[in-house]
Amino acid sequence: MNNEKFYTVGIGGAAGDGIREAGLHLAMMLHQLGYYTFLSFDHPSLIRGGHNYSRISFSKEKVWCDHTKLDVLIAVNSETVKLHEKELSDNGVIVVEESYLDETKEVAAKTIPVPFSVLTEEQKAVPIARTSVALGIFSFITGIPFEKMRELVQKSFEESKVEMNLGLAENGFRYAEEKAVAKWTEGLSLGERNDATEIVDGNEAVGKGLLASKLNFFIAYPMTPASSVLHFLAKEAVAREDLKTIQPEDEIGAINMAIGVAYSGKRTAIGTATGGFALMQEAFSFAGMSETPLVAVVSQRPGPATGVPTGTSQGDLKFLVNSGHGEFPRLVIAPGDAEEAYYTGALALDLSWKYQIPSIVLLDKQLSESAQTVLFEPNKIAHEEAKSWNDDGKPYARYRDTEDGVSPLAFPGTPNAVVKLTSYEHDEEGISTETPELVTKMIDKRFKKRDILMKEVSKYETMKIYGDTSADILVIFWGSTKGAVLEAAKYLTKPVKLIQVLWMEPFDTARIKNELQSARMIVDIEGNHDAQLVSLLREKNNISPTHTILQYNSKPFDPVELAAKINALIA
Amino acid sequence: MVGENSLKIENLVATAGIGCHGKISDYLNVNTFNSLHGRAVASAQGIKAGNPDLNVVVFTGDGDSFSEGLNHLLHAAQNNTDIAVFLHKNDVFGLTTGQATPLSPKGFKGPTTPTGSIDEPMNPLEIVLASGATFVARTYAGDMAETTRIMKAAMTHKGFAFVEIIQPCITYFDTREHFKNAVEHMPAETQATNDLGAALAKVREQSEKIPLGIFYQTQKPTFEEQVV
Repeated sequence: MNNEKFYTVGIGGAAGDGIREAGLHLAMMLHQLGYYTFLSFDHPSLIRGGHNYSRISFSKEKVWCDHTKLDVLIAVNSETVKLHEKELSDNGVIVVEESYLDETKEVAAKTIPVPFSVLTEEQKAVPIARTSVALGIFSFITGIPFEKMRELVQKSFEESKVEMNLGLAENGFRYAEEKAVAKWTEGLSLGERNDATEIVDGNEAVGKGLLASKLNFFIAYPMTPASSVLHFLAKEAVAREDLKTIQPEDEIGAINMAIGVAYSGKRTAIGTATGGFALMQEAFSFAGMSETPLVAVVSQRPGPATGVPTGTSQGDLKFLVNSGHGEFPRLVIAPGDAEEAYYTGALALDLSWKYQIPSIVLLDKQLSESAQTVLFEPNKIAHEEAKSWNDDGKPYARYRDTEDGVSPLAFPGTPNAVVKLTSYEHDEEGISTETPELVTKMIDKRFKKRDILMKEVSKYETMKIYGDTSADILVIFWGSTKGAVLEAAKYLTKPVKLIQVLWMEPFDTARIKNELQSARMIVDIEGNHDAQLVSLLREKNNISPTHTILQYNSKPFDPVELAAKINALIA
Repeated sequence: MVGENSLKIENLVATAGIGCHGKISDYLNVNTFNSLHGRAVASAQGIKAGNPDLNVVVFTGDGDSFSEGLNHLLHAAQNNTDIAVFLHKNDVFGLTTGQATPLSPKGFKGPTTPTGSIDEPMNPLEIVLASGATFVARTYAGDMAETTRIMKAAMTHKGFAFVEIIQPCITYFDTREHFKNAVEHMPAETQATNDLGAALAKVREQSEKIPLGIFYQTQKPTFEEQVV
């Protein structure tokens, strides 16, 4: 169980009601009060209508993911009440638009009716901003004093938007005060935020990580749930000389341009969802053949094909690990939350340049779009250098074979260097070859790089261990499932060792063997149908988990449900 | 240009796609980038964006830019990306042994069209002009002097330059005899107009002989100036 008090607020409305923004602002206010927060955003593939739902769980101790059971539900429309009233806890309350009261009769006892639209019009604000009235109501019913609320709102909104939203929040607060609305039985503790933590979602986190490793170019074609990586970096690029972003005609253009940019000497990354990455397969293979440093940020959503565009999934692990036709080394790392996404972005870019291999930072919708309290410490990033060419008077050979397989890099524009890059099999100078001995030699050269990386793998955090490290019951998981598992861990009835796999390729077989060998029960938990991590464990380590808990309904795992399932197995 | 000192050899980059045209990467002792089939233009756009000081040219063919890679060609033209694209136009897929292409004449008999192709050929110059290219020209490989002049003009043009080089495939579609008398140079004073309407009309003209020369040239902000 949680040692600290734990709360969850849901905010629901239709697409176009500013539900995501309302969630983010509330999360920022709670963050200022010293709470850990985790915000998820559930939405259909629509721009207007449908049901959009932000949900924030917060506590003074770390929150790994949000829970279903609600303490407060803020409903901008009646559909939200119908969909979520059963999730209300015993002491929970619903703050709902007054004009929908008739439709919410059954839960009248728990309802706080508020004339959102009227209070918004009074401030001459746009209707989409009416959720800020709710911020004021929320502050009142949780015992946040008026002046403190004003301070929180001021710190949580962009400067240009503060005045309007402050007015709305004040209006809401005063309304609740005048109506002597019953305070919610649990009051919030009013702490201060004195550290460098911030609220960031996975996509922004990976963008920041890439920037921390001196990203120069980001090229992407929009696709849910990856688009906001480009949005974030495009905005950053406005004020930065050293960063450019391009939205090209399609994904194939994006990756081919990116290989061109890297050839010219600039540090480049691309971003897409798994369907878009499917389009990029040939060029990913080209990056491997041409030994081009390139980072692909790839976010999973349920497939196949168009699938469930705004859902989450872990159904593409094997696809990503085996991307690109032909055999060539690559790096695939699956962070488990926004903080890890930051460090992974930075590391992938550095290692791509160090080994001249393409790398994938593997995310999913849940990780990309959920925002949480994170601490980014750029000084914790150890930067790795690329091998560059020193003009030794000998002709430059772009693919010169070396002891570690990594060729010295020179870029076009360098005097005395003729830089030949190609998609054909080639000799050391980059001229096409069909000679069998050379074909073998060049493939061996490229794989030498994987051998070196495998030797170095223990230097990196290829997996993380939590829970009881001496337990013989083991739960193994990857990606955003981390959040649900670590929350579920708070409810487990027996000691369990929890292993999060981060590096998917190369696979840290030595460490996996070490950590798994004495387990008597191994439970694999993932969001796909075929238990793809199990496949990898069997292939690489010849280890088979004894049980699996799988879910592939396009939604993330629920921590309380997951705890019940794990407990049923380990009882 | 290197001989004239207007270009440093290390600043020249040639991309090529896949096709007989692509073999040029192995023959030139300069920076080359042999891309995937259809992607030479996209690659070039990336290289130029990464280092705008480079002089980037593209060698491409029927399949590379009018089948597989047409999308990238049109967008690069729209972007007015500062590269020079040289189309080795031979109306056949040579490297894959002689199939019809989108540029082949209607009725072309090849391994995939044994009874003759059904399509009217696309008009490369019309297509790139309509997409925003700011330098459009045609030359014939049999005339080395003119081809050199036009390639140089394309490479010095600031913006998206496209040159259709009629270059018969001697193995699969040898039209050298035909072309000896089927082309003529446009009068010098009518070349390089910046009147788009006139240029479009000229490239669409059904004339007795195929006109050679620079059809259109104008100055517009480039992709690199605006984005990079």
